[in-house]
Amino acid sequence: MSMRSTQRLATLVVLASAAFAASAQGPGLGIPIREADVAAWDITVFPSGANLPSGRGTAAEGAVIYAQQCAACHGVNGEGGLAAPVVGGDPLTNGIDTPKRIKNFWASATTLFDFTRRQMPLYTPRTLTDDQVYALTAYLLAINDIIDEDTVMNAETLMQVQMPNRNGFKPRFPAMMP
Amino acid sequence: MTKKHSILDREGLKPAAANGLFDRRAFFKGGAALATAMTGYTIGNSAAAQQLVDDPWSRGIGNRVQAYGTPSRFESGVARILSNPNAEPRTQHGRTPHHLINGTFTPNGLHFVISHTGNPDIDPSAHKLVIHGLVERPLVFTLDALARYPMVSRMTFLECGGNSAALWSPEPLQNTAQEIHGLVSCAEYTGVLLSTLLEETGIDPRAKWFIAEGADASALHRSVPLHKALDDAMIALYQNGERIMPGNGYPMRLLLPGWEGNMNVKWLRRIELTDEPALGFYEARTYTPILPDGSAYSYYFLQEVKSFITHPSPGLALSGAGLYEISGVAYSANGRIARVMVSADGGQSWAEAALQDPVLPKAFTRFRAPWRWDGGPAVLQSRAWDEAGNVQPTRAELISRRGEASRVPRSPFAFPSQHYNGPTSWRVGEDGEVTNVYA
Ligand code: HEC
Repeated sequence: MSMRSTQRLATLVVLASAAFAASAQGPGLGIPIREADVAAWDITVFPSGANLPSGRGTAAEGAVIYAQQCAACHGVNGEGGLAAPVVGGDPLTNGIDTPKRIKNFWASATTLFDFTRRQMPLYTPRTLTDDQVYALTAYLLAINDIIDEDTVMNAETLMQVQMPNRNGFKPRFPAMMP
Repeated sequence: MTKKHSILDREGLKPAAANGLFDRRAFFKGGAALATAMTGYTIGNSAAAQQLVDDPWSRGIGNRVQAYGTPSRFESGVARILSNPNAEPRTQHGRTPHHLINGTFTPNGLHFVISHTGNPDIDPSAHKLVIHGLVERPLVFTLDALARYPMVSRMTFLECGGNSAALWSPEPLQNTAQEIHGLVSCAEYTGVLLSTLLEETGIDPRAKWFIAEGADASALHRSVPLHKALDDAMIALYQNGERIMPGNGYPMRLLLPGWEGNMNVKWLRRIELTDEPALGFYEARTYTPILPDGSAYSYYFLQEVKSFITHPSPGLALSGAGLYEISGVAYSANGRIARVMVSADGGQSWAEAALQDPVLPKAFTRFRAPWRWDGGPAVLQSRAWDEAGNVQPTRAELISRRGEASRVPRSPFAFPSQHYNGPTSWRVGEDGEVTNVYA
């Protein structure tokens, strides 16, 4: 390509991206990416169930993983140790400083799935498979008597879980909520 | 009593409230006589005039100039206080020493830090910010690309939702302003407005929220209403003129002026526009204060109007009766500070404090009030109003709405609840020592 046609092409590209942007405040240097290429980072699971992966797991499977990868910090039976307990919880009316637990506080099972997949184990986050995360979610819900021991967790059953404190929240500034 | 007032009387100054508070203009009117009387809080014994000598540091060439300056070796005590210095498997906090600094902005090395899973060591040339989800064109921005965008600078305070949590204790804890209030700081940020980048990606009309996520081990994520993105949210690249430090989000962080610290996601790498919030761990579980009836607030968003006195405060003992300056910081997510009142008798009478210019929205405003300590007991308090008409609640008002911890926390670093914006009361004893009381 000649120098001139290179320049013309560059001008066209600039014009095209300027036309793209509603009113171009910036130089238009964002690099287009396909949603599929964001997948490795696109881990957020929403309370509607959006973005829950396929896969499955049971409490019995979760118990084995828990003993290997979680018990050192959260206690053999979830009673806590270096890190917070993952079982039990007092009534929230005991005081504003009542320790928040899965059972007495968490509003949605999707938060538990998302958090475990995103951030645990503390020193090796995002190493668990989706099946392992379903299994650990089943285990943590079962030891808290929120689901039966033999309920299989998958994208469908997780959405049927009724967290005890699901109606316990109100937005501080309702007018600011979208 | 009359005799002790004489300097002020000569200058024609009248008390503005009980127990020694003067009109806020006293400094400006009083001139040199007052200025020399108002030095530090704790004055050493050797203050008596002696014959002056040429000191050793004046009689030879000084130290070489450093490539990156550090404070005087005599200031080594001016440092953040760490909640978890050995990085045990839990959150780490470093708190700003408010009683040892002054003015309105916080030096970067003293800005508060909370890291839930440590500070990642990010190579800026490999870092990327992706904006995707309910946009017309998902785009990736490198740091070099962002450097070409129009930038803005603004001062803003940043406060952890858990700052001042020690004041939820049913009994006052004996700690410094740093330990109690050190999870708020103020800095000038420079970066690209998020709205500028969203012009380029376009916004799908179904979008109501954006989820900001970090490149740290916890991939920490928070949901933010889209209206904040179109208002003043910034992709901050610089803090007080230099690149943001690793603990504060190097190479880029989300800045949501006035909003809960944790939402200002550090090490920002992904923004996803959505039609629902994520209900992530930190927004659904951690930053959700329990109320006395057992329900809990979610989506607190704002750091409401607040002030506290930094000088004097615990650790800054008064050395003898005389004239002092009471000063502190006030700030609000709802704009500028409109007024700060100061009391020296535990809130029975109030004098208006002077506000240091410039008074900027969502930033620290330093207030000052002249005070003559007569050597007797005094309880110092401040109370702030913002330009939107919000007033800092009294402790009684706040506790009646929000409750009080059921037991004394094991440490000032514990979080029995969040979002305390009531007053702080410092008692000055006859020995000049300052303690924390509830008044
Ligand atoms: C090295 C210690 C460590 C290990 C191992 C560990 N965790 Fe954690 N866990 C933590 C810490 C620390 C937190 C608190 C994180 C925070 O608040 O920022 C936490 C929080 C949690 C919570 C939230 C508890 C609550 O109610 O606040 C859950 C659930 C959890 N971990 C599950 C797991 C699971 C499942 C595993 C194993 C796959 C695991 N953890 C392994 C340290 C650990």
